[in-house]
Amino acid sequence: MSLPASRSLPASRRLPAPRSLLTPRRLRRLPLNLAALAVLVTAAFPVYWMVVTAFKPTAEIQSATPAFLPLHPTLEHFSTAIHAPGFGGYWRNSLLVTLGAVLLSLVVALLAAYAVGRLRWRGRRAFLLLVFTAQMAPWEALLIPMYVIARDTDMLDSLSMLTLVYFMTTLPFTIVTLRGFLAAVPAELEEAAQVDGCTRAGAFRRITLPLLAPGLLATSLFGFITAWNEFAFANTLIIKNQDARTLPVWLSSFANVFGTDWGATMAAASLFMLPVLLVFLFLQNKVTTGMTAGAVKG
Amino acid sequence: MPTDASPPLRTRIRPYLLIAPTLVGAAYLLLYPVARNLVISVQHFRLAELIRGGAPFVGFDNYTELLSDPKFWTVTARTLGWTALNTLLITGLGTLVALMLVRLGRRMRLAVMSALVLVWATPVIAATTVFQWLFQSRFGVVNWALDQLGLHGYHDYAWFAHSGATFSVLVLLVVWQSVPFAALTLYGGLTTIPGELYESARIDGASAWQTFRLVTVPVLRPLFALVTSLEVIWTFKCFAQIWVVSQGGPNGATTTLPVYAFQIAQNLHKYDLGSAASTLTVLILLAALVTTLRRMHRQEGAEA
Repeated sequence: MSLPASRSLPASRRLPAPRSLLTPRRLRRLPLNLAALAVLVTAAFPVYWMVVTAFKPTAEIQSATPAFLPLHPTLEHFSTAIHAPGFGGYWRNSLLVTLGAVLLSLVVALLAAYAVGRLRWRGRRAFLLLVFTAQMAPWEALLIPMYVIARDTDMLDSLSMLTLVYFMTTLPFTIVTLRGFLAAVPAELEEAAQVDGCTRAGAFRRITLPLLAPGLLATSLFGFITAWNEFAFANTLIIKNQDARTLPVWLSSFANVFGTDWGATMAAASLFMLPVLLVFLFLQNKVTTGMTAGAVKG
Repeated sequence: MPTDASPPLRTRIRPYLLIAPTLVGAAYLLLYPVARNLVISVQHFRLAELIRGGAPFVGFDNYTELLSDPKFWTVTARTLGWTALNTLLITGLGTLVALMLVRLGRRMRLAVMSALVLVWATPVIAATTVFQWLFQSRFGVVNWALDQLGLHGYHDYAWFAHSGATFSVLVLLVVWQSVPFAALTLYGGLTTIPGELYESARIDGASAWQTFRLVTVPVLRPLFALVTSLEVIWTFKCFAQIWVVSQGGPNGATTTLPVYAFQIAQNLHKYDLGSAASTLTVLILLAALVTTLRRMHRQEGAEA
């Protein structure tokens, strides 16, 4: 438990850190820090328990008194999960669907964001309204018609249908976010390049696109998380061909795969979470600094 | 380059070419499914029609059938209760955590915020799987802890075999997953409140509660409205968690409207009734949203 060096509010009450352990100030702040500790533990425990269970030997998982520390860590459950039938295929499917949807949505959204952010045309407001409405579309209510449409067009059990659905679910958000990033890059830069003899497309490619890179990255990573985690459509559109399933659907049926092998189930869940966690960490460091750097340059 | 008022055709149609892919995508993957859903909901569309086609139109028969089914009203009431309970818990706890965060020391705050981001980053299905393990009857850590606390009735208690228990676990799961967003958003709002406002409130002799009510709440009100409406939407249409944990069971105790619509279509092959239920779900969600926002608006009027 860390001890507070200063209060954030109000800043004027900053005091030198006291040396003794039980100063009145610390005593007064004890309930607050205990509450913080309770929130911390409640939040982190389920994730901690997932990882710890994944590393514990089966005997320790199935003991009357749970072991709260992985005293005898083992990779046995990860091995079980990785060698489960179809494991590699589900990873491939998830990656294909997610990356396909994100790239498609990024290209399509970039075109639309440019039209909305840089050009003046009749119907622009109506188009924006459409995008904002689409962003709030109740996708869960479209499971049944999507299933019927996929069946009618022979797209059931196919990864391309799922890719298209994820493309559309992430597209409105991608347009809105890219429009915001585009607005942060002054149009004057492009105009200057055009005066210097660049074409409109050339000016965009050479001037705006590099400045937009952090925004493109951040947006696509958020899209990645959405598509990677999606369950409802993957569960509805892929029924017969089990090999075409994605990771969330496979993980949701762990009871059929691993039975009561909770070690392997938690190992599979940890592996599934790993890419998302890496994306989050990446977003926190690289992209935010990139964005501010871009803003200063602009 | 022409300087007159009408630019060349290429320039004039350029924006429409740029938005064309978006429009095509939205037409095929959003508008068409919405329209198809509405059409199916006024047809007789069962397994036979799914395979052979040629579904006949039956007017509002499906809607009449649903609305006269008491089960539909039970599910609707349960969905509203589920949404209200979750939203209250999420915004309430989110506010408390946000208020706590601004008062914490730097290191403790960083630790708590990291934990919240960790929860936020946890995929729905991973969280769902973990909660099933936490609440497992044998070797589940929750049952062990409750047993240790003297609640011996929870020794090997089967949470997912009891209606109320399954409902509670699902509420805990959704609240656990959603509080970080609410807390971090509200915390972001709190940090924008200038310190001088608190300073002057203190000088004027305001109590902590008065400061909260008269300084914090008014500044945060737009964010409160945003967070509340987002949580209403998210918990109302929540599907994956419920479907994976209980498929709406046991005995239909956790069947909310989205689950209900999907069950009718997927398990009973009554695509027509399922589509009608989906349409009603969206309408009820809109009504719930409007009611929530109007109530918040009215409170604002009363306090001002």
